[in-house]
Amino acid sequence: MSNVGIVIVSHSPLVAEGTADMVRQMVGDEVPLAWCGGNGHGGLGTSVEAIMAAIDKAWSEAGVAILVDLGGAETNSEMAVEMIGEPRSHRIIVCNAPIVEGAVMAATESSGGASLKEVVATAHELSPA
Amino acid sequence: MAAAHFSRLIAAAADTIAAHAEELTALDQAIGDGDHGLNMKRGFEAVRAEADGFAAKPLPDALKAVGTKLVMTVGGASGPLFGTLFMALGKELSAAPDRAGLTAAFNKAIEAVAARGKSQPGQKTMLDVLQPVYEALAQGKTANEIADAADEAAEATVPMKALRGRASFLGERSVGHMDAGARSTALLVRAVAEAIEGH
Repeated sequence: MSNVGIVIVSHSPLVAEGTADMVRQMVGDEVPLAWCGGNGHGGLGTSVEAIMAAIDKAWSEAGVAILVDLGGAETNSEMAVEMIGEPRSHRIIVCNAPIVEGAVMAATESSGGASLKEVVATAHELSPA
Repeated sequence: MAAAHFSRLIAAAADTIAAHAEELTALDQAIGDGDHGLNMKRGFEAVRAEADGFAAKPLPDALKAVGTKLVMTVGGASGPLFGTLFMALGKELSAAPDRAGLTAAFNKAIEAVAARGKSQPGQKTMLDVLQPVYEALAQGKTANEIADAADEAAEATVPMKALRGRASFLGERSVGHMDAGARSTALLVRAVAEAIEGH
């Protein structure tokens, strides 16, 4: 699939899965989508390993936009992108946007065939500078 | 560095984190999400489980392996932050560093942690311990003096207002509590300093 992939990373698997449900309601299967949440040990948190797996699952040649909730999700996502390394890392962007609204807006933009830059810009518009 | 020596450093680090896990969690509960002790313990126990394999590697590779293991196992922002510290030290250090080499590498590692956390000293984080430790290293202080400097620096985060991390959500209410990451950093510095001194 050539549409930009969307990855949802929350501290809570329930939030991540619920957000993914809302994305699917908007875009169906037109957008590669993956989510992860929790520290991998049954608690709240985020796991670099799980984020890397989610990026693989949602991978698209057009790139992947990641939506995160709180700080650790962002830090762990940036770490995951770095560990995935070049050349793919250049086509993965961690968005600065609210996770639910950002994911739905970004996915909707992606479903129309927008570029990674356009998808990310749409999400970023939700966060006043 | 001899493999046995590196194994002892790992054991000392894992021991101090395990011994203080509840204290770290209590500090984090006061002004954060309360998972720091458990997260750090999980990470350092995972490192301990592979200590012999890591210790068999040249020092730079051993430190990178420790950092990667922490990134993969800690499960909070501390994973990438402490992981980056060790990975950057591994990248910058030679196989048998002298004090000047260690000091220069430590400075680069602090920069890497600051970039990872988009932070800087003065924001009530682990950087507020790392920076004084670097300065003590640069001034040629002994291992014990460096450990004391780390403890004092962690204590000095108490009156600070948090500007990064979960504690920053509390604003002024973060004042009066020690930063959990600063405390765990000071614990690690003392453990390593004492293990080196006792060698």
